[in-house]
Amino acid sequence: MLTEHKYKANCSKDQLRKIRAFVREVLQEYSVSEIRINELILAVDEVCANLIIHSCSCDPNYSIDLIIKKDSENIIFEFVNRGESFDILHYEEPKIEELIQSKRKGGLGLMLVNRIMDKIEHEQTKGSDIYRMYKAV
Amino acid sequence: MTEIKRYQEDDQVIIQINGEIDASSSIELDEALRSSLDESSKVLVDCEGLSYISSAGLGVFMSYIQETKQKEIQFVLYGMPEKVKSVFGILGLDQLIKIEDSKDKAKEVVD
Repeated sequence: MLTEHKYKANCSKDQLRKIRAFVREVLQEYSVSEIRINELILAVDEVCANLIIHSCSCDPNYSIDLIIKKDSENIIFEFVNRGESFDILHYEEPKIEELIQSKRKGGLGLMLVNRIMDKIEHEQTKGSDIYRMYKAV
Repeated sequence: MTEIKRYQEDDQVIIQINGEIDASSSIELDEALRSSLDESSKVLVDCEGLSYISSAGLGVFMSYIQETKQKEIQFVLYGMPEKVKSVFGILGLDQLIKIEDSKDKAKEVVD
């Protein structure tokens, strides 16, 4: 690994803006286009929003860790969740037509993550879940 | 900091967004859209100052696609920065919601 950056955030929705600023600052060090940076910020934002809202019920006593690493082929985003476990690999995507018909506002976040990232891994350890996401550069 | 303003111009309601729309600020966007669609059959959304949108914001726009079709409300977004427009494109929402480059083009569509 050439570089590694870590950010710890309390599980509160107002942390999302700070997480995005952190990701932007890190990705600007790499040779990544502005459109790609924005997509990766979006994917990280979606994962963090899910963990903060659903896994940790917006309880600021919980925290998540975000670690960004880069090797010669990939940017790797690692999320450590200490809240309720979420099986991201077996998440069943809703159909966008059904969401439109039912006038639902939710359901798009993980669809975006799946479209943006190249590979997603989930590792369960004692007391925490680690989600690892790869994007080739 | 996100700022959402609404104003009347001719027979249209214009919603102007400045800043970022995420899980925290999407409720404000939802309220502005709800009020505007109740008031007018021509609603434009000025996205020139929209610097970021997450799924929460996309979901708000998506939730009104059906209603605007059913009620024949003319609903157009305009002036979106390229990086924001590309986010609408990831899930194909740019094909389901009218998006124009400029205010003039958006007004042509609703006139």
